[in-house]
Amino acid sequence: MRRILGPGLLLAVLAASAGAAADKTIPMPADHAYATLKPGPGVEVTRQQCVSCHSTDYIVMQPRGNAKQWDGVVTKMIKVFGAPVSDQDAKTIVEYLATQYGN
Amino acid sequence: MSELSRRDAAKRIARFGALLAAVGLDGPLGSALAQDDPVLAGRPLVRYPEKTDLILLTSRPPQLETPMKYFDRAITPNEAFFVRYHVFPIPLEVDLSTWRLRITGRVERPLELSLDDLKTKFPRAAVTAVNQCSGNSRGRFSPRVLGGQWGDGAMGNAEWVGARLKDILTAAGVRQGALQATFDGLDKPAFPSVPDFVKSLDIARIMEDPDILVAYQMNGAPLPMLNGYPARLVVPGWYATYWVKNLSEIEVVDQVFEKFWMKPGYRIPDNACGCIAPGTAAARTVPINRMTVRSFIASPASGTRVPAGRPVTLKGIAFDAGYGIQEVQISTDGGSVWRRADLGADLGRYSFREWSATWTPSQPGAARVMVLAFNRIGESQGREALWNPAGYLRNVIEHVDLQVG
Repeated sequence: MRRILGPGLLLAVLAASAGAAADKTIPMPADHAYATLKPGPGVEVTRQQCVSCHSTDYIVMQPRGNAKQWDGVVTKMIKVFGAPVSDQDAKTIVEYLATQYGN
Repeated sequence: MSELSRRDAAKRIARFGALLAAVGLDGPLGSALAQDDPVLAGRPLVRYPEKTDLILLTSRPPQLETPMKYFDRAITPNEAFFVRYHVFPIPLEVDLSTWRLRITGRVERPLELSLDDLKTKFPRAAVTAVNQCSGNSRGRFSPRVLGGQWGDGAMGNAEWVGARLKDILTAAGVRQGALQATFDGLDKPAFPSVPDFVKSLDIARIMEDPDILVAYQMNGAPLPMLNGYPARLVVPGWYATYWVKNLSEIEVVDQVFEKFWMKPGYRIPDNACGCIAPGTAAARTVPINRMTVRSFIASPASGTRVPAGRPVTLKGIAFDAGYGIQEVQISTDGGSVWRRADLGADLGRYSFREWSATWTPSQPGAARVMVLAFNRIGESQGREALWNPAGYLRNVIEHVDLQVG
């Protein structure tokens, strides 16, 4: 069997079997533009603080809510998920979200 | 946070950023979706590595939803299977020469298993089972709840092949007094303050269930990276939160594991329905566990126009937590009269069960087609959806709205 394989084909077979056991690597698409935050006071702080852990679709898909809802969300990110956000930035973010994504 | 861990986090994000720059993204194809569905409206179709066009829920960590058209058949193609990660960064590369599944903790013989070890040192086991996100259909809750606003596509069904978890734990030798095993994957948060995604199961549950697998094969192929390559946990009948992807460590512990993703995450009200009055809070909660009965109409899609006087084939799937689907019924008059659908091949009690029915609409105008499934112990779906604050356990009669004529 081996004798009838040309060197090129043999190489291809070896490459295929090596490939099956080697690294698997995938690229990762960039954050999708559909979730770009609405402009408004505080948008930059909100974007910078939030995107270090997740894309902004986590924000824009949520039900609209008042300041109490958004304060709860931001507090959870800080207290439960340990997001390093200052009190001042947290206040800015809540105000931004309650204004742009309020009900 | 220490300077070192900050630097580490920054490095990981930078590495991730380089990968982001290396690849483009297919343009939005949102117009292809049912725009009359308020949950899916405006959400783009995207194509991630090893995947076909899926509905984007979130980019990072990625959450991708399977379009309803794939649920006209029992087996969900790997490339169409939904994706849900909890923390970022996610694993983007695996080197099998160094990847090991470590079995640690309260065991006699800690193990480090390569993928070949999993394939050769343990009997090969197979199960066809539904993998459904706890929050599937959360976007349909009323009143609405916070969380991933999924439509109905955070589910899929595959034939999983792997090693039995009980065989692996037996090889390691679980020590007397051990209560649970915890499961950790290669996904690690960028900041050490973010809770790592780790889940747990009772040792007793694992040892009595031969269908819980460490699966290295999905529908006859290696797992896509985004579905857990090279191996993931398969817990038939239970929600996908337990099916830890890109599995890397199993630790046997002698107490109930209650880190974030077990408590307070992924809890349901501690009562028979897992439900409470909308807007209230549960007095007691337990970890989410077995799935409720569900059934869907995949074809024709909601909003489709069908001619009057000609037969239409209705198709879809039904599933439960493992008693098996006994019967599927459809109604074409808004829920007054119900008749039996034909069931497809039985691929096992944890699998999607295909169903089909023929309907000849007579009256032009709007028609609501509804589907209702029963499992072998009589569990079914209600006309009104139950509610809980996390948006779990969705269990209601589903429908499509068609235009006749």
